[in-house]
Amino acid sequence: MEMEEFVEQARSIINDGNLTFHQRKHYLAALAENSLPYPEIGPEAAEALNKGIVSDLYEGHAPYRPRYLLPDYELALAQGSEHLELEPPHTIDEALNFLLILYTQVPSITGFPVFLGDIDSLLLPYAEGVSDAALRAKLRLFWIALDRILPDGFVHANIGPQDNRVVRAILDIERELLQIVPNLSLKVHPDLTSDSLLLDAIETVFTTAKPHFVNHPMMVEDLGTGYGIVSCYNSLKKGGGSHTMVRLNLKEAAVAHSGSIDDFIDATLPFYASLNAEVMASRIRYLVEDARFFEHDFLAREGLVRLDRFSAMFGVYGLAEAVNILMEHEGLDARYGDGGAADELSYRIIGRIRAFVDDCPMPYSEGGGGRSLLHSQSGIDSDVNVTAGTRIPIGTEPETFQHISTVTPHHRHFDAGVSDIFHIDDTVRDNPEAVVDMIRGAFATGMREFTFNVDSNDFVRITGYLVRKSELARFQEGGERHASTVFAAGSVANSHVTERTTKRVLIREHSPRPAQ
Amino acid sequence: MSTVLGLLNNTIAFSSVDGPGNRFVVFLQGCNFNCVTCHNPYTITRCTDCGLCVGPCPEHALSIEDGPLIVLDTGACTLCDVCIEVCPEDSTPLARVVTVRDLIEEIRAVAPFISGITVSGGEATQQPEFVADLFSTLKADPHLAHLTTFVDSNGAAPVEVWKRLADVMDGAMVDLKALDPATHLRLTARENDQVLASIEYLAQHDLLYEVRLLIVPGYNDDTQTVLRTAEWLSSVDPSMRIKLIGYRAHGVRPEALHIPEATGELLEHLETILREHGFDQIAVT
Repeated sequence: MEMEEFVEQARSIINDGNLTFHQRKHYLAALAENSLPYPEIGPEAAEALNKGIVSDLYEGHAPYRPRYLLPDYELALAQGSEHLELEPPHTIDEALNFLLILYTQVPSITGFPVFLGDIDSLLLPYAEGVSDAALRAKLRLFWIALDRILPDGFVHANIGPQDNRVVRAILDIERELLQIVPNLSLKVHPDLTSDSLLLDAIETVFTTAKPHFVNHPMMVEDLGTGYGIVSCYNSLKKGGGSHTMVRLNLKEAAVAHSGSIDDFIDATLPFYASLNAEVMASRIRYLVEDARFFEHDFLAREGLVRLDRFSAMFGVYGLAEAVNILMEHEGLDARYGDGGAADELSYRIIGRIRAFVDDCPMPYSEGGGGRSLLHSQSGIDSDVNVTAGTRIPIGTEPETFQHISTVTPHHRHFDAGVSDIFHIDDTVRDNPEAVVDMIRGAFATGMREFTFNVDSNDFVRITGYLVRKSELARFQEGGERHASTVFAAGSVANSHVTERTTKRVLIREHSPRPAQ
Repeated sequence: MSTVLGLLNNTIAFSSVDGPGNRFVVFLQGCNFNCVTCHNPYTITRCTDCGLCVGPCPEHALSIEDGPLIVLDTGACTLCDVCIEVCPEDSTPLARVVTVRDLIEEIRAVAPFISGITVSGGEATQQPEFVADLFSTLKADPHLAHLTTFVDSNGAAPVEVWKRLADVMDGAMVDLKALDPATHLRLTARENDQVLASIEYLAQHDLLYEVRLLIVPGYNDDTQTVLRTAEWLSSVDPSMRIKLIGYRAHGVRPEALHIPEATGELLEHLETILREHGFDQIAVT
């Protein structure tokens, strides 16, 4: 970067009245980092990065902290922290105070902690002897502090799979406060998670669009019992994390491809996947060997994160466009999500990517068995005309059952997470048991995780009659069914919340650069 | 599984408005009522294969050359509904003949996601043997037996039909369009004696899931009418579940468009009357 450009960018950040002090500082740090040369990569990888076929999500040129850290909060509470000069807590007040302090010291790509722990099971031992009313009051203040101290939409807490007093209090507080922070995931087990807890969570979805639902047994099978859901639905090992995420733009790979579908699968796809992996490996080496994060940071020194629990995320996005482009090349009138040949191709593509990731060694990635973990990446604000991850494009989704059936076969491949959103009619508010059925069914048939978006739509089946497609089309002529932007995987609560807090709460990962 | 065939209008994989939990819904073709307010008038009559819809179909998906019956090319059909609009019979060429086995396979795919199935219409009780077969086949299948079986009915069926279904049906939702016979006739073109008998029979046998009251302004929305209805329902079963549905104009035939839609205030008022009669399970939509 030329000095003149650097100065100009620094000044525009400093003078940007739309940014808070902390936001300006974050972007200034990124600007300084990016004045350094990029970690060493070959010319083909550099070109792919430059063309946007491979994207590093603007993580920066000189990684000095892992993208995501999932500190072992259980261990921290048990042993206290020498660095923070904190004794192990004994009461609920001490525990909440301890965690709040520790959270502020957990780095990530955004500067905010992306993981707050399995918050209900962390706090349950300290809730003994505390009345329900006192517990709720204390948690409520804690919840407000989280939102005000950590104003980033991807600060993420986990709850479940067991029912307990803490999780019930949290859901109740969520419905009262309607905060963006923290993002929330409920781990669901077919036997341990009761219908009653699910119904409480579903009522919370109706109010706040949270929590996200996670297939606990499937996650445990891939990552072991010590896993967490962080940031924008990334699943990683607790006590570890992800060094980096570099994502492959499948759409651009398809645009760059000429030749048959078989050629794409056998040659083009592995070629760009290897460039994606090359960028990842180089970034990891810089972080571990040059910036030497794991030698310096107190979280590593005190054993709260361990290098051998780390891996990195191989991201993919733009599957829908890739499939449709390849179908057009073949002269076929099939589109991703329509139940035909396009869907079959989508399974081949993701299957091939997973095979590549399985066979591609990654440095310092023992947490993934020496390889990276595959993630279906849900996009950042600069993505235009490319669909998040492996989703079916908004507005072209088939009805819910076919939608679920189409995307489910992809889910087993994404051990580092996948976010699909299912739109359901407002009428479920009167029949939340229907949502319990859908969740149970989705997980029984191999879905890993998902979010519900309840459509507040004037045109819904009230009861006992059919709605014709032609009628629906006439009704929708005024606009898209999902006119409201589906932002941050549906994690932002209903309208008034976003209006109230847009300026204070950012989603830094979603907007890695200041507005251009 | 027998060889009885069903005439099907359509199915819906997920419905949250046709009984408890998430349900697979079967809409059969053909109804013995002809309601002024019908939202799906194209489900009333069986297709007579008159062929009037063949020419207007913009996708050329319909043909009748090879025989007396209309043939549909499902690949070409875009569900534009031109055929329904030109049909002089309140029918559709898209209804299809299905076997119980066809439906069972569709249900099997959806089974992990649902609490049960609901057969609606048209009028489900117009094809009682098919419904009985479908339900008994479900109940006999070890992987599907847990699914509950419901019928959504206009109630105009002889008690013998309910007796036939009783062993394999878990519940029925029954419409009561009007308690007063004359109003009922105006609204549906049929008497309501069978409807009242059905509600009584189903309640006595613990098979009445819900009674649905469609409130149509100018027909059955005055306080006295609803008071009398509440009294009668209370005499049948004071703890029954009631769904109060406000009339909406969407999907109705042009001759019904002059009827005003039921307002929220009206429904609230009528709900209060029902609650004062001791009903506490009332859904309003």
